Amino acid sequence: MIFRALSRSVLRSSSGVRTAVSGNGASLVRAYHERVHDHYENPRNVGTLDKNDPNVGTGLVGAPACGDVMRLQIKVDDNGKIVDVKFKTFGCGSAIASSSYASEMVKGMKLDEAKNIRNTDIAKDLCLPPVKLHCSMLAEDAIKSAINDYRKKKSLQARPN
Amino acid sequence: MYRGTSKTVGRILNTRIFVRFSSNLRKWGTDIAREPKPIYLDAQATTPLDPRVLDDMLPFLTNEYGNPHSRTHKFGWDAEAAVEKARAQVASLIGSNDPKEIVFTSGATESNNLALKGIANFYKEKKRHIITSVIEHKCVLDSCRVLQDQYGFEVTYLKVNKEGLVDLDELADTIRPTTSLVSIMFINNEMGSIQNIKRIGELCRSRKVFFHTDAAQGVGKIPINVNDLNIDLMSISGHKIYGPKGVGALYVRRRPRVRLDPIINGGGQERGLRSGTLPPALVVGLGSACNVAQRELPYDYENVHSLSEHFLKRIERELPHVTKNGSFDPSSCYPGCVNLSFSFVEGESLLLALNQIALSSGSACTSASLEPSYVLRALGVNEDLAHSSIRFGIGRFTSKDEIDATVDSLVENVNKLRELSPLYEMYQEGIDINSINWSQH
Repeated sequence: MIFRALSRSVLRSSSGVRTAVSGNGASLVRAYHERVHDHYENPRNVGTLDKNDPNVGTGLVGAPACGDVMRLQIKVDDNGKIVDVKFKTFGCGSAIASSSYASEMVKGMKLDEAKNIRNTDIAKDLCLPPVKLHCSMLAEDAIKSAINDYRKKKSLQARPN
Repeated sequence: MYRGTSKTVGRILNTRIFVRFSSNLRKWGTDIAREPKPIYLDAQATTPLDPRVLDDMLPFLTNEYGNPHSRTHKFGWDAEAAVEKARAQVASLIGSNDPKEIVFTSGATESNNLALKGIANFYKEKKRHIITSVIEHKCVLDSCRVLQDQYGFEVTYLKVNKEGLVDLDELADTIRPTTSLVSIMFINNEMGSIQNIKRIGELCRSRKVFFHTDAAQGVGKIPINVNDLNIDLMSISGHKIYGPKGVGALYVRRRPRVRLDPIINGGGQERGLRSGTLPPALVVGLGSACNVAQRELPYDYENVHSLSEHFLKRIERELPHVTKNGSFDPSSCYPGCVNLSFSFVEGESLLLALNQIALSSGSACTSASLEPSYVLRALGVNEDLAHSSIRFGIGRFTSKDEIDATVDSLVENVNKLRELSPLYEMYQEGIDINSINWSQH
């Protein structure tokens, strides 16, 4: 009885994608959760918005030297609601999934709501392993950076010439 | 069925729990076996067991179970004869005239530990300086670190150039009268770069310094003769040359005599250098693997070389912005180890995309420490390219169809990931990525 349950759990946990082991001998077999795999295979909202559009805020976070760069762009209407989102990411599967998921989350939200998104929400919903939590942190930073950029643009426009 | 099985064991085998456990094992086994396995292109990590080697090992896993050190009966004598035959086979592959120069160990990691710590400790009264390189395998670097921190030895880590090669003039300048050992690996496991071992061997012999090389990736793949190359100590790994895992050897020269302090003490086996009962099955496996490698070396090399050329030509034709890390010159680069960086695409995400192919990456995301490969950094590869690097290992059993399927998959997935990448978009718009002030994390 116990063994049948054990065998079932072994087979279930091996679903999802297994990445290859690293080159320097530190082997870490990681079975990604299905949701990460899904966001990676079918990323939502990939693309570019016109960054010169006054209603678009662009957030660019990370660094190529760190292996993680996210660009998140939001288009905000006059009511402060985010009506369109586009993102692009240079990073691992978790980073792509985190930014894709973040883009899905903020679509339709008000700016203040979007500012309150925490990386823990993203990480929990994608079941990210502890070693990949920084990817969700970067996604949270990307959202904040996009909102700040939009607000800065708006405050510059509001200033009389 | 099994001679000598006790009543207790029999009782355990018959309990309900064990019977159900073993039937579940069969279920796990067949379910796992039914999942299709990816194409294997990670030959530097390990290699499959050659069926001929398995054939030679099987008797020693079944009815030939004697301890090779048992002197008093036929079980022992037969096991010993098999071990000595394997020893001669290993010696023959590397050009040694005396099988006694081969010491069997549990693998190249143990061989490296034995060579470094053995020499350092034996000569510690008069000589306390060791020279190695920055691109060595972790077991060599960590052994040096321990010798430095715990035993007060001095270690110089030589830098390498863009192609992963040690500068021989720098080496000549670094050797002192108090240097006991120079340890430089033969073929690097990440880049495939081959050091100029002949010149290094000559230099060390002329300065009377022992020369150790970690040849785990080189033995059986390129011709090695320890006498022509003036090698004093050499580490060999079983599972890199289509042999079993868990066995390796250390070549220890006897003329002129190389003396070592053992790191494993006990009954004095292996000339006192490595105590412990030898595992006949594994040792026979290593010997057989060396024997097969010796016979097939020219063919294997040609095969790997032609597959590697075909692979690189197709990539060059079909995928732009790809950099080869390491050298192109065949005399300083093993063709079976191809390390490529795909600009604007991160390594781990590409591995995720190529999930039907078993590969390895120098990217930070695939290592437990989240640091990119130290070998790539030592070569001076840009950090963003280091994150984009993938290592392709071509071996004896790789076929042209597998290479073609890999290239097709690569082209498709790299293009897909480039569409997802902000860096590629910036490049297309003509923005210089190096000029941007990135927010550090």
